[in-house]
Amino acid sequence: MSALLTETEDKPQTAWDDAASWYEASARQRVRSLLDAGSFKEFIGPEQREVSPHLRVFELPEQFDDGMIVGRGRLSGEPAFIAAQEGRFMGGAFGEVHGAKLTGLLRAARYVKSIPVLILFDTGGVRLQEANAGELAIAEIMRALIEARMAGVKVVGLIGGRAGCYGGGGLIAGCCSALAVSEQGRISVSGPEVIETNRGVEEFDSKDRALVWRTMGGKHRRLLGGADAFTSDTIQSFRDIALHLIRSAPGFGMDVLKAEQARLGERLERFSSCADALDIWKAEGVPDAEAVPAMPAEDFIAVANKVREPRYDAR
Amino acid sequence: METLSYRHRAQQRMAGSKSMAIIGVVASGNLEVLAERVLPDTECQVDISTAAEGFGAVWEAVVADFVERSSPGGLKFSINDGGARPDTVALRLAQAVRLIEENDR
Amino acid sequence: MTLDDILASLFLEGHDIRNNDGLLLGSGPLKGGGRAEVIGVADRTAVGVDDAIRLSGQVLAALERGGDGPILVLVDSDSQRMSKRDELLGLNEFLAHLAKCLIYADMQGRHTVGLLYGHTAAGAFIATALATRTLVALPGAEPEVMDLPSMSKVTKLSIEVLKEKAKSTPVFAPGLDNLAQTGAVLATWDEKISLADQLQALLGNDRQGGDQRDRLGKARGGRPKAADMAERVYDLALQPE
Repeated sequence: MSALLTETEDKPQTAWDDAASWYEASARQRVRSLLDAGSFKEFIGPEQREVSPHLRVFELPEQFDDGMIVGRGRLSGEPAFIAAQEGRFMGGAFGEVHGAKLTGLLRAARYVKSIPVLILFDTGGVRLQEANAGELAIAEIMRALIEARMAGVKVVGLIGGRAGCYGGGGLIAGCCSALAVSEQGRISVSGPEVIETNRGVEEFDSKDRALVWRTMGGKHRRLLGGADAFTSDTIQSFRDIALHLIRSAPGFGMDVLKAEQARLGERLERFSSCADALDIWKAEGVPDAEAVPAMPAEDFIAVANKVREPRYDAR
Repeated sequence: METLSYRHRAQQRMAGSKSMAIIGVVASGNLEVLAERVLPDTECQVDISTAAEGFGAVWEAVVADFVERSSPGGLKFSINDGGARPDTVALRLAQAVRLIEENDR
Repeated sequence: MTLDDILASLFLEGHDIRNNDGLLLGSGPLKGGGRAEVIGVADRTAVGVDDAIRLSGQVLAALERGGDGPILVLVDSDSQRMSKRDELLGLNEFLAHLAKCLIYADMQGRHTVGLLYGHTAAGAFIATALATRTLVALPGAEPEVMDLPSMSKVTKLSIEVLKEKAKSTPVFAPGLDNLAQTGAVLATWDEKISLADQLQALLGNDRQGGDQRDRLGKARGGRPKAADMAERVYDLALQPE
């Protein structure tokens, strides 16, 4: 372990740092800097010590917030509920307490109706040491999320953390009203290692980082329509896109579900036989598909907006 | 898992009006420090829960050095440790103090 | 029970449910009157993008046809289909969409009932059985989040150690009993009694408001904290700013 560590990420931060990297920031730092200064109020904060009751069975250290921060604050003056996962604690995985906090927040949002919810995903999926509780937590969150959307709540997911958004986290993301993703924000159900372990390295070489990024990374998800917006990796740009998506996100009901069925069906028709993300991007009409992975965020956003308008009515 | 607890006399009350501060994350080679202003002004306490067993002497030295330098009177520190090195521990303790020293907004 | 036995016991007057390469689609008349729409995954089929969209399409078609009959979700699946193609095409969206359709159907008054009669795991479990309002199982059902060998690999604990730990807590190990204790499965049906009768009894029960699984998990001791945590956050969130 290096003595230098990566200390920038945990600098106690009080002042706004707009250019700070979302990827490098801790969950607390993201929450504090995303919301209006001083507006965040946490529910069941770390001083309550509501830790996982299961990690000690495995002789594993606990974290006082169990890797999930929930609370309320203001975004550009308007009230917002917020939930953030800490991707470095247990890979941001869903355990019993971790998940239940988000469930409770979404149930409250459903009751209140008028306050949007921001979910800052950073997760490898279910926490295996409490797998059954974690799996069920994800199912409960999805139900609470859809019930909240039915009541008119906008639920916006922000994805750009170290752990990405894998496993059940990917399914919850798929339930949100709208998603913003940065290049680092991978979204997928099975992770690269899981596919390789189960199907062999010929199916998926998890060490081929370029393959991982172009199959699961933010740029592909934006071009495919899996995310509504692509953003650069700064806290300021995540804040801007969150505000935009809260305003533009759709309601929820039969029309949205039918539109999503059509959207996904069309995707299968068009890209079913594509062997690689590059083939999909070419079929989408991206002028210089090979250049996409190295393209700076601003240039990519321009290309993506030209190729595929976000479908706000079909998620 | 091993739990350790150290209680010290402190020279003076730690400045600031914040009642609580938290810094760090529980991961390999890292730790979280929760600082709470809950003790009498001349006392301080450090409770540690660590995955790395058998390092009591090192913790004792790091904590004693920290108290000597910072004089964190009135503060109780609770640490969840994922096996951090002593320099990382010292850094996090110092960061926690810096955070709680600030005045509440 | 084989799938044919199960369908015969559920639908005494016959049914039009077909097994299409591991996907169950169709409907059958209920003993107490009305019709149940049926979707499902059979033969331990992995759920990929092509499968999920057919199932969601069936749910939406049932909603468009109208009526107030229940939607039965029969499950003997693998996990989600683990492949480059499925992830490339956005499997998370397809599985989420299927779950959304089921949750929405239930909110529209179409009681969704999951019947776990074989295996299921991971993402397929969440998108099908766990997306229903009421989940029941048949004896011998094998739900799991992840199998013990894979879990052993990730946690770096031997299978023997994991088995030993599983004796003290139901929270991580595979199996129907463990999942039931966490509140995921409401009841295990009796194979010796008509499944049609057991389904009828279940549909006749008053539908309790809201998701009760965390409370069930607390009452059964499998999830000591979830219900209280959710409730405390709920209460705090409703307090004025």
